[in-house]
Amino acid sequence: MIRRLLIANRGEIARRINRVALGMGLETVAVYSDADAGLPHVREASQAVRIGPPPPRESYLDIEALLDAARRSGADGVHPGYGFVSESAEFARACTAAGLTFVGPPPEAMARMKDKARARVLAGEAGVPLVPGSAGVVADARAAAAEAERIGYPVLVKAAGGGGGIGMAVAGNAAELEKAFRQSADRARAAFGREGVYLESYFPAPRHIEFQVIGDGQGQLIHVLERECSIQRRHQKVVEEAGSALFLEGRNAGLLAAMGKAALAAASAFGYANAGTVEFLVSDGGFYFIEMNARLQVEHPVTELTTGLDLIGWQLRIASGERLTVKQEDVRRTGHALEFRIYAEDPVRFLPSPGRLAVFRPPEGDGVRVDAGYGEGDLVTPYYDPLLAKLIVAGRTRDEAIDRSERALEGFRVEGIRTNIPLHLRIVRDRTFRDGSLDTHFLEHHAKA
Amino acid sequence: MSDVAAHITGTVWKVEVTVGQKVSAGEVLVILESMKMEMPVEAPDPGVVKEIRCQPSQPVNEGDVLVVLDP
Repeated sequence: MIRRLLIANRGEIARRINRVALGMGLETVAVYSDADAGLPHVREASQAVRIGPPPPRESYLDIEALLDAARRSGADGVHPGYGFVSESAEFARACTAAGLTFVGPPPEAMARMKDKARARVLAGEAGVPLVPGSAGVVADARAAAAEAERIGYPVLVKAAGGGGGIGMAVAGNAAELEKAFRQSADRARAAFGREGVYLESYFPAPRHIEFQVIGDGQGQLIHVLERECSIQRRHQKVVEEAGSALFLEGRNAGLLAAMGKAALAAASAFGYANAGTVEFLVSDGGFYFIEMNARLQVEHPVTELTTGLDLIGWQLRIASGERLTVKQEDVRRTGHALEFRIYAEDPVRFLPSPGRLAVFRPPEGDGVRVDAGYGEGDLVTPYYDPLLAKLIVAGRTRDEAIDRSERALEGFRVEGIRTNIPLHLRIVRDRTFRDGSLDTHFLEHHAKA
Repeated sequence: MSDVAAHITGTVWKVEVTVGQKVSAGEVLVILESMKMEMPVEAPDPGVVKEIRCQPSQPVNEGDVLVVLDP
């Protein structure tokens, strides 16, 4: 087993990994940029190492600085969390070369998933249904136009190296496509250093449903049921649930089973081990693979709360060479859970709102858990993503979980900066949300200020 | 003369204009970055760039003047 774990991340996920690792008897090492020196994740670890100035490129994304911190602290394992270096095969390889246990999938599997155009091809070969689209990256604007004619407008132009909606654009006709192609290629080059883009058919109102998978790389690979993440803004998830309202009370059981099977087929095709997520769109009764994420997801707690499985604990054990002893038939969901991403942003204009948390009082109550990266008095700087905390609420049924969520959101007190809590309240009070008729454009039509 | 100020706290990512340049209303002058989002700062009215008071990677607060325009 890893003895001393370096947590190559910040905020709520660094704290969460730290708690699990300490609970398993490991020592922990936090890292921090100058902007984060006073934050809880730095105080709570067994030791903490400064890795550089505030900009992510010079700190949390700086592989050399992270490896140096591991050396200086005597760490023998690294957990990358999500975001930052978590999906970098280069970082995983560098850890292994430095004699550190990397908590994540094999670097080869990461590389296969990172190129999303190639991942589509691999998943398709494994018999997983794909969103209709180009076979791989399209060479230029002219090739894109030919492909779009074949697929049919509207199409989604996506960066092969992309993520989080960066380098993604919709085109309804040939003129828009030319613009979208250029825009995606430019953004992809700026953000990811590669300009390869591919095309997918654009579904007008799909649901986003994903499967948590976990495997030990020694023959045992299971899925831990589905999550629905249809409540999004600019392709960023805002609310997630386990499970999906689409499958409540045994509805659509055939579809659910087929998706679970496809998730495992996709993970096998990538040579996957450790925890990962296979994402699908569901439209008109069909399901379509979009991508697989080679890391722990932000929304993993809703799976943990409803299945009792400790995903981070298993990640650490699997990385240390242990076998996964949970069998597929052992995985059962009890109750329902929702996660609300509490962002430092204006709930009407959606502008970032950094500043000092004059008041920060998370709610308490039955089934309520808050994973926060900050405490009262802390400064939220503009350098990192706007996630302040995750409010996670469980109940015996979806209705009970939503009722509890409304009370918890009402009781969540934040002053000093603006947050999206009012948006979450509009969502949980929305009739369509309550009914569970969700799609990824929900927020364009519902829960308006 | 009009002062164009930052509408959010963040860092300057790009300055899209140079001193002496003629700009039309709505033209992007500066792009700010905050919390992983890019925020364009546009010219409120047409004018000529008289002064640029920021540079790339400089931290700015909401309300700081970034560009001064001559009508």
